[in-house]
Amino acid sequence: MTTTTLTRPAISVKGLRKSFGDKLVLDGIDLTVAEGTIFSLLGPNGAGKTTMVQILSTLITADGGEMHVAGHALAKDPNAVRAAIGVTGQFSAVDNLLTGEENLRLMADLHHLGQPEGRRRAAALLAQFDLVDAAKKPVATYSGGMRRRLDLAMTLVGNPRLIFLDEPTSGLDPRSRRNMWQIIRHLVAEGVTIFLTTQQLEEADQLADRIAVLDHGRVVAEGTPEELKRRIAGGHIRLQFADAGALDSATHIFGALSRDDDALSLQVPSDGNVRSLKAVLDQLDRESIEVDSLSIHTPDLDDVFFAVTGHTNTQKDSQQ
Amino acid sequence: MSTLRYTVTDSATMLRRNLRHLQRYPSVTLFVVGIPVVLLLLFVYVFGGTLGAGLAGVSDGRTAYLNYVAPGIILMTVAGAAQGTAISVAMDMTAGIIARFRTMAISRASVLTGHVLGSMVQSMLSVAVVIGVALLIGFRPTTDPLKWIAAIGVLAMISFALIWLSVALGLVSKSVETASNLPMFLMLLPFLGSGFVPTASMPAGLRWFAEYQPFTPVIETLRGLLMGTPIGNSAILAVAWCAAITVVGYVWARALYKRDPAAL
Repeated sequence: MTTTTLTRPAISVKGLRKSFGDKLVLDGIDLTVAEGTIFSLLGPNGAGKTTMVQILSTLITADGGEMHVAGHALAKDPNAVRAAIGVTGQFSAVDNLLTGEENLRLMADLHHLGQPEGRRRAAALLAQFDLVDAAKKPVATYSGGMRRRLDLAMTLVGNPRLIFLDEPTSGLDPRSRRNMWQIIRHLVAEGVTIFLTTQQLEEADQLADRIAVLDHGRVVAEGTPEELKRRIAGGHIRLQFADAGALDSATHIFGALSRDDDALSLQVPSDGNVRSLKAVLDQLDRESIEVDSLSIHTPDLDDVFFAVTGHTNTQKDSQQ
Repeated sequence: MSTLRYTVTDSATMLRRNLRHLQRYPSVTLFVVGIPVVLLLLFVYVFGGTLGAGLAGVSDGRTAYLNYVAPGIILMTVAGAAQGTAISVAMDMTAGIIARFRTMAISRASVLTGHVLGSMVQSMLSVAVVIGVALLIGFRPTTDPLKWIAAIGVLAMISFALIWLSVALGLVSKSVETASNLPMFLMLLPFLGSGFVPTASMPAGLRWFAEYQPFTPVIETLRGLLMGTPIGNSAILAVAWCAAITVVGYVWARALYKRDPAAL
């Protein structure tokens, strides 16, 4: 029973609820993830991100809600969902007693790829993830970054169309993190859909096509990174003047709210688009006010988080 | 694509994985073999002279006691291997790899089947080593090849039963430590049965327990097959106990594996 739409969503979630004991973890989540995009679930520790991934990847069952993943009803046909997805969790899902190569071959066997194809696929992934030198070493000797790469490589053995990445870069050094971002972008370029959780605002901003901000089990904001940034106050144009006279004249037009006498500068609220910039410039032009320099400041996701949750990403419940 | 074929291939894959674990982590197997060997030497050379003198109608006490105690020690090996199963299952469940298996379209039973088959291999190899040591120090079964095969069949049967039970014990444990302690009673049961001394020598209450607990008929069957002592209805009881333990262990383990894993 499918209605013909141009793009079938990779994930659709309606009214998802889950509690552990009397602790409500997910409180009526609705969201849709389009195929071939990166969707990022952004939230602090304990927001319910991992629970969400565990439910959508069939690891645990929901208490309520209607979920479809990769075109299959989650509750009715979890095995069909499993055949279409790949999961790389927060805790490395590798076999420590096996070598890197054996881990990949294990995955190949479980995907019933057959000996020659399994060997070929393992070799290709070891090369792609820069693990050739470590292939014959037990995983217990791997560094954090290597484990994470092997973990993702194992997920890719079965060529999943939809990949869940639960905080894929937490605990990685900046270089490994950028590496991982490159790999993720590469996957999406090949048409894979990515559902990514992160508590790093920068990561969501860098990678995601759409972001949902999760806080205390609820989606408190959703949109493209640009939309989220535009939704909130904090964006402004900073005008820098050569002398106090010009600053005075400008203050006369725009108001003295954010006048800085020492720096001879003035901040004019703006959503950062060209029209509002032009309006400001036109007004300055009409009054013949000389501007030394000008810069546009768009809010980052930290501002978004503060605006939609009332607390910052790092300060949690204690700040409410 | 037949489900049964995938169950078989996936289980074979998991068995390979578990055998590799045994190979990479040999300390468990050394433990499984080592404890019964140490107990065998202890009971034969330290206690054997005295205990053997207490056995009815024998001349050389130590040798007679070796022949008496060997089946009990062999059975302890099986119990020890089952303890190893509980530990390796619990270790597996605390690792992320199981979460990966659960989110893959593989036969759900294969993870547990792999553990059971791997442990069977470990258990039977350990039994072979312990029997070898017993033979080396003078254990002389009065049996024929057919009865040897039957004895090995009995050992495989009790091993299979205890391993499934231990899979469940490993799954129900929240930590590896608990998983290592829970099956401890399996190691004690041969002592509280006819494994080390005849039950007739025990005080009334203990004797009642010793005669009705599952290990006693298994030991008596084994002893009968290897040493030619009367078996009576022990064989039937042994089969019934093994079947019952297998079913309970299997059903329990499957239910435990099916439920949602604890939140990480």
